[in-house]
Amino acid sequence: MSRAFTPKVVTANALLEGDVIYLTADDRWSRLHHEAELIEDEAHAQLRLLHAQSQRASAVGPYLADARPGPDGPEPVHFREAFRTRGPSNYRHGKQVEQSHV
Amino acid sequence: MYDYTDFDEAFVRARTEQFSDQVRRRIDGSLTEDEFRPLRLMNGLYLQLHAYMLRVAIPYGTINPRQMRQLAMIAETFDKGYGHFTTRQNIQFNWPKLPDVPAILSALADVGMHAIQTSGNCVRNVTADHFAGAAADEIEDPRPVAELLRQWSTDHPEFQFLPRKFKIAITGSPNDRAVTRAHDIGLRMVRNAAGEPGFEVIVGGGLGRTPLVGQTVRDFLPKADLLPYVEAILSVYNTLGRRDNKYKARIKITLHETGKEELSRMIEERFEEIRPLFGGHDQALLARIEAAFAPPAFVNAPTDGYDLQRKADPVFRAWADTNLAAHRNDQYAIVSISLKAHGATPGDATADQMRLIADLAERYGHSELRISHEQNVILPHVHKSNLAALHAELRGTGLETANIGLISDIIACPGMDYCALATARSIPVAQEIATRFDELKLEHDIGALKIKISGCINACGHHHVGHIGILGLDRAGVENYQITLGGDGTETATIGERAGPGFAYDEIVPAIERLVRAYLEHREGPGEPFLAAYRRLGLAPFKAALYPAEGARDAA
Repeated sequence: MSRAFTPKVVTANALLEGDVIYLTADDRWSRLHHEAELIEDEAHAQLRLLHAQSQRASAVGPYLADARPGPDGPEPVHFREAFRTRGPSNYRHGKQVEQSHV
Repeated sequence: MYDYTDFDEAFVRARTEQFSDQVRRRIDGSLTEDEFRPLRLMNGLYLQLHAYMLRVAIPYGTINPRQMRQLAMIAETFDKGYGHFTTRQNIQFNWPKLPDVPAILSALADVGMHAIQTSGNCVRNVTADHFAGAAADEIEDPRPVAELLRQWSTDHPEFQFLPRKFKIAITGSPNDRAVTRAHDIGLRMVRNAAGEPGFEVIVGGGLGRTPLVGQTVRDFLPKADLLPYVEAILSVYNTLGRRDNKYKARIKITLHETGKEELSRMIEERFEEIRPLFGGHDQALLARIEAAFAPPAFVNAPTDGYDLQRKADPVFRAWADTNLAAHRNDQYAIVSISLKAHGATPGDATADQMRLIADLAERYGHSELRISHEQNVILPHVHKSNLAALHAELRGTGLETANIGLISDIIACPGMDYCALATARSIPVAQEIATRFDELKLEHDIGALKIKISGCINACGHHHVGHIGILGLDRAGVENYQITLGGDGTETATIGERAGPGFAYDEIVPAIERLVRAYLEHREGPGEPFLAAYRRLGLAPFKAALYPAEGARDAA
C-alpha cells in the first residue's frame, strides 16, 4: 500500500529581493503562505513544481514543502517553513513586520 | 596595516565590474540560476532563508576605522542597520537585495575591502590571533604572513577549484587564540633551538560532521619556507582530495585515508620540487608587507591614573578585570569590546555602534581594530591612562558588557533564524542563556567558561571546542539540542564529548543551568575553572545533573 500523500505548497525565494514566495493557484507568486495553492495530489505537485522551475526570472530554488489546510488557507507543517513565513526570531525583521503593515 | 597597492585596487575593481555584469545578466535572464550560483558564491553572495546574505572578508580580522565606518554606511544604506561578525572574522549582511550588491561591492572596494573567496571550494579568508601585533606572549606578529597568504591565495589559478573549501589560521603566540588545530592548515609560531622564529605546521583539523584535531606535519618550518610549504600542502591535497564525495572531501579525510606519514612524505617531496621556483620573490614581497605592519608609535606616559580609577569605580574595575588582556608594552592594554550584551544577538553590531567603535579606535587606540573569531571587537593598543575614558564612552551604548571569556560571551552561528543549512535555531538559545545567568548574577562567580552553539552539524559555531558545546538538530520535525562537554579550542585542543540524549528547545536553558550548578557544587574552588573541573571529574557528575530522572531510575 502506498503512503498517503502529504499536501504540499510550492515555495521559492524571489530573485531580486530574496523574499520567501509561494506559488498560487492562479500562477502568481505570493509573499503569503496562506495564499499558496495547497496541492493534494502527487502528480499535480510535480507539474506545479515544473511550472515554478520555468519561472527563472522571478523565482530561485523552488521546492515542494509540506503544508496542511487551515482556516485561512495552507499552513506550514515543519518549523523551518513556519520560520520562513515570519522571519528571524531575534529581530522584528522580514515578513513579520512587512505583513503587519498590510 | 596593509593598504592596497595599485595592483590590489585594480584587481578588486575589475572583479566588482565583472560581477556587476553577471548580476545584470542574471536579472535580465541571460544567466540561469544554475549558471549564476557559482559566480555569486565566488563573490560571497548566498541566498539564505529569508533573503540574500553577503559575506565580506576581514582579512586576519584586521580592519581600520575608515573601513568600519563604511560597513556602517553599507548596513544603513543597503541593509537593516546592522552587521553580523562571524567565527571566521568575516562580517555578514543579512538583507541585501540582488540589484544593490554591485553598489555594495563598489563601496567596499572604495575602502580596500571585498567579498572574494568568502565562499566556494577555494582558500577562504585567512584568520589570525585577534591579539596579533599586541599580545604580551607573542613571538612575532603573524599578520604579514597572513597577508602574504591572502595575496598568494587570491585568484590563485591552481587553487580555485579545490575538492572542498580550505581554511587557514595563524597565530604568532604559543597560547593559541586562533583555534589553529581545527583548521585545514594551522600555523603556530614557535622558536627552534637557535631561537629563530618558525612555524609548527598542523594539517587536517576541522569541525563539522567529522570533528578532528589537526596533526603536526612539521614541528619547525623556517619562516622563509612558509609559502612554498603551504603551496606544497595545497598541491598534494588538490591531487589526492576526494571530489567524489562532498563529505569526504576535506583535507582531514585525506590525512586519515592517506596516513600522516605518507601525506607528510608527499608534502615534503612536492616542497623540495617547488621551493627553488619561488626564487626569493615571496621573501621580497613579505619584507614589503612587514613594513606595513610596523607597530604604532607607543606613547610613554604615566599610568597611575588608571590604578586610581580602578579603585574608585567598581563598574570600571569589573570591566577592566574581564575585558583587558596583557599587552607587550606594559603601559598598554588590549581591550575587548563585547558584542555580547546580555540578551543581544552574539556578534551583531549596529551602524551606530560601528561608528562609535571607529571613533574610539581613533581617539584611544592608534586607529587599530581587530575582529575576533569569538565575535567581539578588539582595540589592540590602548594606553592605560585612556582606559577609564574609553569605558565611560562605551557605557550606555550596549558595548560596555564586562563578560569576555565568561558564560554569556557565547559564540553562536546565525542558525535557523537566517541560515538555509541550519537544522535548528542558535541565536535565541544564546540570548536566553545570557539573560538567565545575568538574572542569577552568577556569571563572575562561575568564571572562565566558553559556550559555543551551532545550529547544524557543519559547526560554524565551533560547538565541538566549546567547554560546553550545544548543537541544534532537527529530530522528527522538532528542534533538539545536543550537549558536548570538555571541548577546547586552544593549543591543548580537544573535541568535546557528547553528554547524552538531546534536549527540546524549552529544556536546553534549564539543562545548561543544572550543568553549571553541578560545576559550582563540585569544583575545588573559584580557582578551578569549568574545563579543569571537567577534566578532573569526568562526565559522571555532569551527566547526573543533566539527566536526574535517569539517575533516580538507576538507583531504584
